[in-house]
Order: sequence, then C-alpha cells, then structure tokens
Amino acid sequence: MEIKEIKERFIEKILLLIAFSSITILALITFFIFGEGLPLIWKIGPKSFLLGERWVPSQGEFGILPMIVGSFWVTFGALLLGIPLGLACAIFLCEWTPPWAGMILRSAIQVLAGIPSVVYGFWGLVVLVPLIRNFLGGPGLSILSGSLILSIMILPTIISISEDSLKALPPNYKAGAFALGATHWQTIWRVLIPAARSGIVASIILGMGRALGETMAMIMILGNAVKMPSSILDSARTLTTNIGIEMGYASGDHRQALFAAGVILFLIIMILNTLAIVLSRRRAG
Amino acid sequence: MGIWNLGIFFFLTLLVFNVGCQRDKAGITVAGSTSVEPFAELLAEEYMRHYPKIHIYTQGGGSTAGIEAVRSGVAQIGMSSRHLSAKEKDLYSVMIAKDAIAIIVHPKNPIKDLPLAIVREVFAGKIKNWKELGGKTGAIILVTREEGSGTREAFQKMVMGKEAIALEALVQDSNGAIRQVVSGDPNALGYISLGLVNEKVKSLNISGVEATSENVIAEKYALVRPFLFLFNGPPAGEAKSFLEFVMSPKSQKLLSREGLVTVLAKSSGG
Repeated sequence: MEIKEIKERFIEKILLLIAFSSITILALITFFIFGEGLPLIWKIGPKSFLLGERWVPSQGEFGILPMIVGSFWVTFGALLLGIPLGLACAIFLCEWTPPWAGMILRSAIQVLAGIPSVVYGFWGLVVLVPLIRNFLGGPGLSILSGSLILSIMILPTIISISEDSLKALPPNYKAGAFALGATHWQTIWRVLIPAARSGIVASIILGMGRALGETMAMIMILGNAVKMPSSILDSARTLTTNIGIEMGYASGDHRQALFAAGVILFLIIMILNTLAIVLSRRRAG
Repeated sequence: MGIWNLGIFFFLTLLVFNVGCQRDKAGITVAGSTSVEPFAELLAEEYMRHYPKIHIYTQGGGSTAGIEAVRSGVAQIGMSSRHLSAKEKDLYSVMIAKDAIAIIVHPKNPIKDLPLAIVREVFAGKIKNWKELGGKTGAIILVTREEGSGTREAFQKMVMGKEAIALEALVQDSNGAIRQVVSGDPNALGYISLGLVNEKVKSLNISGVEATSENVIAEKYALVRPFLFLFNGPPAGEAKSFLEFVMSPKSQKLLSREGLVTVLAKSSGG
C-alpha cells in the first residue's frame, strides 16, 4: 500500500515536471522577447516605433508602420479570399457531400494542412509570381501573390473548425426549420450559420493568426521592400518576414528592434487567440 | 508543492548552464567580418574534420571588431573584408581570397554595359525606367540584399557611397534568391557575388570592364574587396596551421566553388 502510494505520487510529480517545463519554456521565451525588445521601444519612443514610416537600421531609423500595414493588407487579402471559399467548403462538407466525396475532400484538406510552408512559397514564386507579373504587371512579388498563397494556407483551419461547429449543432435546429417549411438553403443561411456563428468566427480568427504568423512563404513571395505599399501589385514586408529576413546579421540596436517587432506581433497574436478562445467558449456555453 | 517547483527551476537552470559551458576543447578563435565568417566557418568545419582535437570558434561582429579582437588577443585570427587603414597596418595580414560583386540583369536585357555612376543613380531610385538607359520601356525592378548583409555593405560602400539604396527595392536574403528573382524578371537589376553568376542571369560590364575572375585578379574590375586574415605578429601554432590549411589548393578550390575569387595564381572562376 505504502509503495503503491509512493509510486503514484512519483508519477504524478514526473508529469508535473513535464507540464511545468513546457510552460517554463513559454515563460522564458516571453521574458526574453520582452526583455530584449521593450528597451528599444522606450528608447526611440512607442509612437515613432509604431508610426514611423522609415526602417533603415544602419542609420538608426526603426519605424515599423510599413510592416504593420503590410501584415494587415496581406492578412486582409487572405481572409477576403479564404473565408468565402472555406465557409462554402465547410457547408458543402456538412450538408450535401456524399460520403465518398467527403472522404476525398477531407483527406485533401488534411494534405493541404500538411504541406510545408516553404513548398507553398516555392510554388508561389515559380508559378504564381510570373503569372501575376506577366498579366497584371509590377514585379509579381506582391501583396496579391502573398494573399493568394496565404488564403490557400488558411483554408484547412477555416474549413475544419467551421465544419466541426456546424456539425456540433443539435439536429432539432434543422428539423425545426424544415418543419416550418424552410428550404435547405434557407435553413443553412438563416438557422445553421447564425447558430454556429461563434465557432465560425473562432475559425476565422485562428486562420487570421496563421496568416499573420506565416513567415517562410511570405519571405519568398512578398519581395520584402520596406516601403509603404500603395497597390496590391506592390511588394510589401510583414512583421514576421522583417524578423526572418534580417535576423541573420543583426546586432546591437538592430537586433533589439527585431525583438521589438516581435513584441508587437506577440501582442497582436495574443489578442487574436484570446478572442478565439472567448468566442469558442461562448459556443460551448 | 513549493519545494518541487524550486527543484524544477534548479533542474532547468542546470540544463541551461551546461549548454553554455562547452568550451573545454583546445582551440583558436577566428573573429571579425560577417562577410568572411560563413567561409571561415566552412573551412573551420573542414579543418576540424581533419584534426578533431582542435576546435575553431568563429565569431562575427564586423571587420573593425575583428581587428580589435586580434589586437587585444581575444581572437588568434581576425577577419576583415576591407583593406587595413594606415593605423592598422601593424597587424600581419594575409589575403585568403577576393570577393567581387557582379551587377546582374535578365539574359534578355539588351543592356551590356553601365558606368558605375549610372548604377548608383539607378539604385538610388533616380533613374526608374530602362528606356532612360537605352533599353526597352519598362520600370526597373531593383533587387537588393537585406540590411546587415556583408554583400549589401560592400555594395553600399563601393557603388552607392553616400547615396541610399531606394526603399522600393525588393529585398532578398541570399545571393541565390536575388539570382532567382533576376532570372525570372526581364526588368530586374540586382547584384550578387561574382562566383555565383550562372547562365540564367547576365552580368553587366562596369564602365567597359567585363566581370571575370581574370579582371578581378588583374585589378581592372572595380567592385572587388579583399578577404583578409589578420594576426598579431607572424602566425604561429594552431593559427599558422589553420592559415596553411586555408591557403592550400584544396581549400582555395572550395572557396572558389562558394563564389569567391581565389588568390592562387592558377584560378578557376565561376
């Protein structure tokens, strides 16, 4: 009895240790990012850091507004294309798909989620970028190409979570709507989607987080110019690609400025994740 | 519970410290220019494969930091990607290779030759269309390296001088990526290490001088910088043996395969 109890407690502590070590790593990363980044934000002033339009580290100019704007446009473009496509796919999977087609579609979506981002980036660079350059002009490495690739990358997130939330609805919602004489489409549009709204919104926010955080593919496709973009055919730089592209040789203030950009990104993602959690909780309750 | 958490904390601290304290092998430190560093690292790896008992630590920091490090004895070998100034001439320096920068365009671009001053104006964003240079109408798409890159630094110094590279320029984070973009865009203009120029892009003549390793060795081509190893006094011991290894034909061949121009008399350029 004694030994059994000790063994039990031992296992419990081991698991506690493992759980804590993962959290400790998260805490260490957070401390490190803020510790490295915040001093520079104070040094040059939060306002000129966030709203400065020039990023020339070699001359001590650290304004990340072009990157914030770049991140915003690329993400917005991805959502503009990704939401209708993802939602349509989720609805089709839930409501109309014959079982064989559902199987093919779902495994295809899983494959989509499993493709490494560098492959998306390479495909975009080799296929999509020349197409856009030849037919629409500009350098081809542009917000438009970035958004197109990102919209494909966020599809799995949007589709699977939206589909789950549609499936989780009580069957009597649908039965009730049919009993009132609504058509199938009316039922979907007026009853099912509003009822699953919080889950769908959560899926969109998670997709948005994915789009904001994507780095490798965007480094390859966006062209990374540090200029305020003025059209969707312009090159742009996002907060993540700025870190990814410059970290190799950065030192001193430059390195700190990259961490400071990381702080801003961290805050944005935290806000988005909190939103997603709050919204999906509301669905459960 | 509190004791346990404390224990976990100590465990993690120990882990972190252990990782930080591996410097127990005999070794030498090579520090300085971030442009030379990747090549030094490559050679150091080769060297350590042959002599596993010696460890070579490579560090960046820039040419000036490398000069300071070797003078103060922090590093046995300093790396510099610029010539030494008069005040720094007391150090013993050996040129291990030369790095040339080629200005590249798409192979279909009709332009063959640009004066250095024009290249500067184009990269500064003052000349925006190929038509102004005698080419076909089309906006010039500039492609540059990221801030902090040694190649960009060298380009800034040798071509741009006090002018800044235009902010509209696309930024790519490697020679290969620039080559990829330029090879796909008939309106692009970029710069890469001479040794990495291949048939997919065309290197421009600069003020009438063709970008070839022959012209680099003959000191006719303008966009060249030296890669130096620096010593505080004549090299001795491990530092000397590493230098000899670097200057051996095999290592020099490795360097020219990586895109540098070798300093040995019989050269094979890219």
